[in-house]
Amino acid sequence: MSITKFRTIEGRSPGYLALLGALGALLLAGLGSAWYMEHNGHYVTGMSNQIVWGMPHVFAVFLIVAASGALNAASIGSVFGKLEYKPLAPLSALLAMALLAGGLAVLVLDLGRPDRLIVAMTTYNFKSIFAWNIFLYVGFLAIVAVYLWWMMERRMYRYHRIAGFVAFIWRLTLTTGTGSIFGFLVAREAYDAAVMAPLFIAMSLSFGLAIFILVLDFSCQRTHLPINHEMLQRLARLLAIFIAAVLYFTAVQHLTNLYAAEHQNVEHFILFSGNKYSQLFWIGQVLFGGFIPLLILLHPDYRATRAWVTIASVLVIIGGLCQIYVIIIGGQAYPLEMFPGKEVSSGFFDGEVSTYSATLPEFLLGLGGVALSLLILSLAVRVLPLLPQCLEPPRPAGEETPAS
Amino acid sequence: MSDTKSSTPGAVNENRRRWLQGGAAAAMITVAPGVLLWRSPAAREADQAVTSAVRWGLLIYTSRCEENCSACVDGCNQEHGLKGHGRPQTDAQWIRKITLRDPTSGHVRSLPVMCQHCEHPPCVDVCPTGASFKRADGIVLVDKHICIGCRYCMMACPYKARSFVHEELTDQKPHSPRGKGTVESCTLCVHRIDAGGIPACVEACERTGHQALVFGDLNDPDSLISTKLRELGATQIRDDLGTNPGVYYRGI
Repeated sequence: MSITKFRTIEGRSPGYLALLGALGALLLAGLGSAWYMEHNGHYVTGMSNQIVWGMPHVFAVFLIVAASGALNAASIGSVFGKLEYKPLAPLSALLAMALLAGGLAVLVLDLGRPDRLIVAMTTYNFKSIFAWNIFLYVGFLAIVAVYLWWMMERRMYRYHRIAGFVAFIWRLTLTTGTGSIFGFLVAREAYDAAVMAPLFIAMSLSFGLAIFILVLDFSCQRTHLPINHEMLQRLARLLAIFIAAVLYFTAVQHLTNLYAAEHQNVEHFILFSGNKYSQLFWIGQVLFGGFIPLLILLHPDYRATRAWVTIASVLVIIGGLCQIYVIIIGGQAYPLEMFPGKEVSSGFFDGEVSTYSATLPEFLLGLGGVALSLLILSLAVRVLPLLPQCLEPPRPAGEETPAS
Repeated sequence: MSDTKSSTPGAVNENRRRWLQGGAAAAMITVAPGVLLWRSPAAREADQAVTSAVRWGLLIYTSRCEENCSACVDGCNQEHGLKGHGRPQTDAQWIRKITLRDPTSGHVRSLPVMCQHCEHPPCVDVCPTGASFKRADGIVLVDKHICIGCRYCMMACPYKARSFVHEELTDQKPHSPRGKGTVESCTLCVHRIDAGGIPACVEACERTGHQALVFGDLNDPDSLISTKLRELGATQIRDDLGTNPGVYYRGI
């Protein structure tokens, strides 16, 4: 076995330039949408005083959750000492940072006052889980940056496992924090559950790995790096475990609520009412985002095929977006139960199921965040040697040897 | 006494109110700049800190609240310059009328719901910047200067009491500053209370003669609101959440 060598990409091919152009255009569209929403006010979006968080939050939460999961490959290499993952570690760390940056950009640009970002960074209410998250997000970026640096830097390489361990603990905390944004909401029937934290951790592992597999596969294709059969199988098996974990925690989430009489109405609304949330849950999240990719990845023949693993990863991402849509929008659409057991009506939509349709600017803002993530990734692999020259694991003695 | 008392609930005494208003106005006359002859105990000097010696609250008699009456809502809108833009989904509403129907008995009740000015407000807990805050006297407010418009408080409020300003505003009332992209809610007419007055909704309800709203100091055992709460009892909305709202309802 050899020491892993890393390389930059040449970045002159028409394909690469076209990719940069497309991502840049999408990013500009996202920025334009943010300006449009900020300039006119949020009435131009589908969001309202009933549905206060909309499609931008679906994208933002998805990207933030996926960011911590994208660190999987690096964590398995550094924390759990699996050498075969070492060649993937820098790309994994970079993807984690890029996804988080994209998600945060969407979140910030959707604020009512994005110009007050400095206020959010300097004025804290430490009882707020949101304020904790600001520290968790900024801390994650800093820690993963240090981790990446120590992996790539000859003099610091010996310390990289420490950074990797801190990053691993931090990212579990980060996703706990993101899940708790909903878990701590006592007011809403659909949230207010401790299981949100582990559910979000499982979601992060699954979504992040799915994105990582796609990015790795695409990078390998474009750089003519053969992705070995064993590595593909390994990643596929891991993704299957994470998909099963998401399904497990989803089942726990809903079964616990179904058992409690006070939550039965909201569970009925999400699961059995036949509305778009039920459809997104059963068809989008459970079937296409859960069982089908699980079956593909558990099948010994399909699991070994690049095309099928790619399909399974895409399905996990689609299912993940559906899941977050159901959690965020579905949870708000169900009316607040201010007077349990009473029929409620008002001129402010009390007692009514709220309606929401995302507008184009909201979609574009969300996609702009995705574009920002991928743009950061594309530019970084051009200037920094982050892609492995081969996917063979480094020799065990190479633990003390710099990665580049 | 800080409460607005009425000797005969259900019927407003216009002469008495005029006399009181005139009397209060006369009493506010200063002998010299900054020196008042008389001042309501509720009124504060601008440099005088709010204390927790008082806790402002409301008692709402739902049996007196007419289903078709929106005087409190109109009074609030007028006081704070809240104007609709023909977009009910995004228009701000600080106080709204809710109709409750018991599906078993068919019993119907109408009641106003506004910010409940909780002792333990979830909106204050979740606000990342501390823009949502509770004054020592129990009034929950939003500091429009540090609100970043994240709307987490709206997600957290069990009473759907908050609105997000979805558009540019014009003709704002100087005593009730608002801003596009920030969150707002009932201030309990803090500007009136600090000057020794009562909230606009309470005043508007009194004007109709329904006398459905009583405003006062929950910490003062002799105030009308405390007396009535002691005598009659009342309910807080979602009291199971432990937020201990300052707004009480009779008859729900």
